Order: sequence, then structure tokens, then C-alpha cells
Amino acid sequence: MSTSGADGSPGGDSAGLDSAGLDAALDAAASVGQPVLDLLAGFIGELREAGLPVSLTENLDAMEAVRHIPLEDREAFKYALAATLVKNHAHWRAFETVFEVYFSHRGKQYAIDGEDGDPFADLLEELQGEGQGDQGSSGQTGGGGEPLSPEELAELLYRALMDGNEAMLRAIARQAVRRFAGMEPGRPVGGTYYLYRTLRNLDLDSVLQKLMDQTRRQAADEGNALTPLEERLEEDEFQARIDGLRKEVEAEIRRRLVMDRGVEAMARTLRKPLPEDVDFMHASKEEMGGLRRALYPLTRRLAVRLARKRRHGRKGPLDFRSTVRHSLSYGGVPADPKFKYPRPHKPEIFVVADISGSVAAFARFTLMLVHAISHQFSKVRSFVFIDGIDEVTSFFEGVEDVTEAVHRVNTEADVVWVDGHSDYGHAFEVFWERWGKEVGPKTTVLVLGDARNNYHASQSWVIREIQHRARHVYWLNPEPRSYWDTGDSIVGEYATFCDGVHECRNLRQLERFVEILA
Amino acid sequence: MTTTESGHRFQSVGEVRERLGQVQYLADEGIAGIVYLADRLGKPILVEGPAGTGKTQLAKSVAELSGARLIRLQCYEGLDESKALYEWNYKKQLLRIQAERNTDGTWSDIEEDIFSDQFLLTRPLLEAISADDPVVLLIDEVDRVEVETEALLLEILSDYQVSIPELGTITAKQIPLVFLTSNNTRELSEALKRRCLYLHVDYPDMDREKEIVLTKVPGITENLADQVARIVRSLRQLELKKAPSVSETIDWARTLLLLGVQQVDAETATSTVNILLKYQSDIAKAVKELSADQAGFRTFAPGPR
Repeated sequence: MSTSGADGSPGGDSAGLDSAGLDAALDAAASVGQPVLDLLAGFIGELREAGLPVSLTENLDAMEAVRHIPLEDREAFKYALAATLVKNHAHWRAFETVFEVYFSHRGKQYAIDGEDGDPFADLLEELQGEGQGDQGSSGQTGGGGEPLSPEELAELLYRALMDGNEAMLRAIARQAVRRFAGMEPGRPVGGTYYLYRTLRNLDLDSVLQKLMDQTRRQAADEGNALTPLEERLEEDEFQARIDGLRKEVEAEIRRRLVMDRGVEAMARTLRKPLPEDVDFMHASKEEMGGLRRALYPLTRRLAVRLARKRRHGRKGPLDFRSTVRHSLSYGGVPADPKFKYPRPHKPEIFVVADISGSVAAFARFTLMLVHAISHQFSKVRSFVFIDGIDEVTSFFEGVEDVTEAVHRVNTEADVVWVDGHSDYGHAFEVFWERWGKEVGPKTTVLVLGDARNNYHASQSWVIREIQHRARHVYWLNPEPRSYWDTGDSIVGEYATFCDGVHECRNLRQLERFVEILA
Repeated sequence: MTTTESGHRFQSVGEVRERLGQVQYLADEGIAGIVYLADRLGKPILVEGPAGTGKTQLAKSVAELSGARLIRLQCYEGLDESKALYEWNYKKQLLRIQAERNTDGTWSDIEEDIFSDQFLLTRPLLEAISADDPVVLLIDEVDRVEVETEALLLEILSDYQVSIPELGTITAKQIPLVFLTSNNTRELSEALKRRCLYLHVDYPDMDREKEIVLTKVPGITENLADQVARIVRSLRQLELKKAPSVSETIDWARTLLLLGVQQVDAETATSTVNILLKYQSDIAKAVKELSADQAGFRTFAPGPR
């Protein structure tokens, strides 16, 4: 217990809290047994490392909950832990990853995993005949039969996908990993490498093609060709099965890696940031998808919160004139104090966004977010630039689908002047020339970009002028603060004329800023 | 209500699932498991998820299967103590004081009298706590109340008691099953979340959805239900503003049944897709995806939004 507490907890005062909590839990859940408690302690420590806010009470609840769940039921065990530890659906993926790492192998000692009761045990045995020498196949008895050739395996895969035979697919996934991934103990490569190798050998795209061809032929043979709708549905079905297979392959690779490297090390490598902490500038394609999905609920949340803030805003300050006037009817006693109505401040927003290469994702996000809650502002106008600048407000007008509008911004806006490398100075100059007069005292100007100016002239006087005219000028920079003013970044020069320069690397920071704004 | 000696409602996860099935609620492993845990641990369940996935229905079904009375508190902005917890019936109190005038009772008698049970109007939360019979308490759309009002719930959720200054603390005679639902329009406070078990109800997978359609739409053929579930799954994979919910799937299946459709083809699907989708841009996207000929969807013009 003490050892796992030491390496599992983030350190500092929370470590003290931790062990105290676990001691209490130990009493409460004595019947669970020491090994499971140790495991849970490490597990919860890892969850905290991954950024999930697991409180002491939740920790205790989890201990209590697993008492009521038969340990050999892995799914129930998982849900019991999730219900007590994860209180935000966005964190589910992180939880799942950690869970898989911690309990994929240890699970076996609780005799889970349907391998033994598999109706395809014979077939499996045949399949595993080849994997005898492989030390990854713990506890599995090699049948010793003739190993399958790759063609036979492909044929099996094809048939299994056709029939949607899940048990068979699981067996194939195991076999494929054993055969194709080329995993060696101690080899310092990531799981994605093995995944890539395995999938490349399975060649799922052409399998899908083959399956579709077969379905089409079959339908044609029966005399009624597939309508496009049916074809689409069939394809979705096969795609779902293939996705299932891919997950199995991933799980198998993870299992093997955990066995090789140990739980703690593996959990550390797999640790991924929570969606709200994903860095805009380095988001992978998958993370980007996650961000997009997170955006809509976020805008809804923001809109509700802002509308509420307006309605329940503080009362206005005392209206002295009005109070004195009304006091006349009480003989000069100010019995009925009057207050100024707080005028709901609905700013007019000018978004000026750099959409060149590295910061494009960030600009896209902010544009989407600002337009999605545009009814919180009296007016929103957007400008995008690289070295030229263009107004793109019309792309967003009357469009329900902001994603589509952003796509148009990327393809249609006229933002290249000379060479398509960021030139903040020129873009600002043109902005001032063409739209500078429209910046008024109600306007809040947001500049989005990393201020990496490729050593062009900064023309920071434009920002100074804008600041004179506008209500506020804010600069949002997607780079970490420590990179500012290094290399060709001149954010500091502009910052002197801004009311605020904010680091905006992830959704969390963006959300916080928008709340200040409205 | 089948309460065992130990005071628990259910014996196993399987039992929960089976009995939910009997009242036509098809639960997956997670839902059944968490209902079971809530019963065992005596904790409320916070149910979150997209609209129309059966969050409220879960509470209703659990009430039905356990034969308990369902007490429902519908949350809205501006909900306060007097609507959620209790209120003194001050008109009756006034009457009582006036009636007292003729007799010569002392003030302390009256005071003791007018702050007693019979002048107390119970509201849902207090009612659930003070009930003698088994109850299921449903606090619906809890994300609609303000953060400050949330605090009202905390005492009930953790200790199953209500403190009334004039009367003292009323403790529950039996621990009710409590469900809170939320559409996630705002982040609930940590304090509230900590006291609850968390259940995220998502769209069901295809097989379960098919089962749901089969149970909820009597008279539908297996083939049609299968097609409905498949099409809905395909639609949910598109990037839509609002993906079709389970209740919309059921509505759609009913419509198809009423129209006498045996086999869903692209034309039927596109002309009835406005039952599944409620945004014009979503409908356009879906029609584009579902129908092959691009000319087809120009003629199709459903109502506003």
C-alpha cells in the first residue's frame, strides 16, 4: 500500500490526503482484499495524473462500490468505478484508457475474458498453434497444428466480417497482432507503430471493397440490385464491424505492451490530455474531431451562462438625481432610493484572425465559437489575414452550419498578398485603411495570432490607433507564454497597445476568455 | 414492492435488467449496474446525456417496477425553497390566530400551534423524505436551476434529511431512490456531483435500438425495425447539429408503420426524415447523404426549421 501510494499520487499535500483516505477506505472496504485495494490506489493515482478531478469522497465511494460488484464481472466492475469516479462524460475516454491498462491483464487473475468458454475454442487453438514460441501467449496452450497461411487468415477475416462473427474477429485480431506486429520485449517503440504494422498487413480497405463487391453481386444474383441507400447501409454495417476489429487489435497490442513494460510505464505513455486541455496548435486529427464535438455543447453552455449573467446582473449604481427628485414627495427624505438600470453591455466584436498554417486551427475555432454565440453580441464582424486581409462576415450570415462557413473562409477568402507568409504589419495597415473608420467606441477588437511576423515591419501604430478608437483591444495568442517574443514573435510590441494579451492554447482558456468578453 | 430483509430492492445486476425489461425499458449493462449500485450504496443517480435518450423514462420505469410512487420535481430557473422544499401555509395560520382571539390562549400556545405539521405545505422534496410508502424521487433537468439553488438539494442528497428551523430536522424513514437528470446546459457544481453516482446515457447501439423499436412499436415487423435502426445509425454518424434521439426513432418507426411502409427506400426515407431531424441544415445534409440523385431533394421542402 505504501509503495503504490508513493508512486501513484501527484505528491505534495494531496499525497498525505491520499494515504489518509486510503486508510479509511481500507477499514470501510476490508472485505475487498488487499491486492484489489492496492490496485485501485494505483488506478486512482493514475486517473489524477491524467487530470481527472477525483476527490477523496469519490475515492471512498469507489471502494464501497466494488464491494457490491462481483469482481469477475469485468464490465460491471468498470461501470461501478466509472459511476463513482468519473463525473464528466468528456473524461470517459481518459478513464477508459487507464482502465484498460490497469485491468486488462490483472483481469486474468480474476478469471475473466471469455477465452476458455469460447465456442470457437478449436479454431482458436488451431490459430494459436503458430504462436507457441511467443512469450506473450501466457496460459494459452498451443495446439501444435499446422499454422495458417496469410491467405487463409485473410479468408477467415473476410468470412468473419461477412457474418459479423465477433468471437471469431477477436481471435483473428489476436492472431494478427502476434503475427504481423513484430513485437519484441523491450523495444522502445510506441503502440501506434505496432498498430500500423498490423493494420497494414490486414489491408482492411481492400477487404471492405471486397465485401461490398460481394454484397452487390449477391443482390444482383437475387434479381434486385442494391439501391444507393441499401448500399450505404451495408457499407456502414461493414465499417462498424471493421472498427470493432480495429479496437480489438488495439486492445491486444495494449495488453501485450502492458505485459512487457508494466502498468505504470504504460499508463504514462498512453496518457492523453482531456479534450479541454488539448493544445490547438498540436492537435492530431482525431483530437481535432473531439474538439469540434466539444464545441457545440460549449457554445450552448456559454450562451446560457451569458444570458443568465445579463439577466441577474448586479443592480445599477445609485441614481442620485432621480433619488433626490423622488424624495420631494416624502418631504425631502430619500425614502425611496432609485438606481440606475444597468445597461446590458452587448459589445460589437471585430475578430481579426491570422489563418496561416500553424495557427489556422486556433483561428478556426475562435471564429466558430464567436459566431456560434453571436447573438450575445450586438454585431460580429470577422476579418482573416495572412499577408493580405479580407472581410469574411458575409460567409457566416444566415448560415446555420458554422463548419461550412469556416470551410468557405479557408478556401475563398482573399488573404494572400505577396507570398502567403504571415505579415501582420501589412495586414494591419490595410485593415486600418479600409475598415479603420468603422471601429467605434462600442467595438471590441480581438486579434488572433502568434504575432510571428517573419521579420516584417510591425506597424504597431495601427493597434495604437485602434485602441484609441475602440472600447477594448484584446490579443489572443495560441502559443505558450514562454515562447512569446522569441524568434520572430513580436507579440510584446503589440501588447503595449492592447488591453489584454491572453494565452489561449486550449478550449478551457478560450472559454474563460469568452466569458470575460461578454 | 419486494424489499428483502436486508432492505435492498434488488439482488443482482441481472435482476435489475430483467425487471426493467418487464416494464419495457431495455437497459444496457451500465444502466442496470448503476441502478443496482445506487440501491446498494443508497446514493442518488445523476443521469446525463443527449435529449431523448430515456433519462426521465428510466426513473419512471424504476418506479413502476418497484411499485413505488414517483415524486417529480421539475426544475426551472427561479425555483426556490418554497416550491421545492416546503412552505408555511400562512393563510391557515392567520385563520388560526383569528380563531384564537375569542378564547384566551397564551401567545406561546398559538406560536407552538401554528408552526406545526398541519400548517406545513410539503413540496416534492419534503414529500419524498417524509413519505411512509416507498417512493422514487425524480429531480428533472437539474441543470436549469441556478448554482445557488443547487445548494438546496445537497442536504437531501447526502443525508436524506430536511432541516426546518421551526420544526427541527426531518429525516427520511426509508431511503428513496433518487434520480437527477441533466441536459448538460451548464456544468453542475462539484458538491452536487460528488454526492451522486454518475450515469451517462448515450444513444443505444444498433441492436439495442432495434430491440427498443420492436418493444415500443407494436405491430412492426422485424425487418422494418432493423432497417430503421440501421438508417438511424447511419444518420448519427453524420456531423449533425442534433442527432436523432431514441424517441424520434420511435416516432419515425410509428410513422412508417402508419404509412404502411414495408421496405424503406431512399424516397420514403427522405420524405419522412423531418420526423428524425429538426434543423433545416441537418435535413438537407441527411437528404443529400441518403438519396443518390441530387435533383431529388430540391423538390422536398419540409416546414420551417
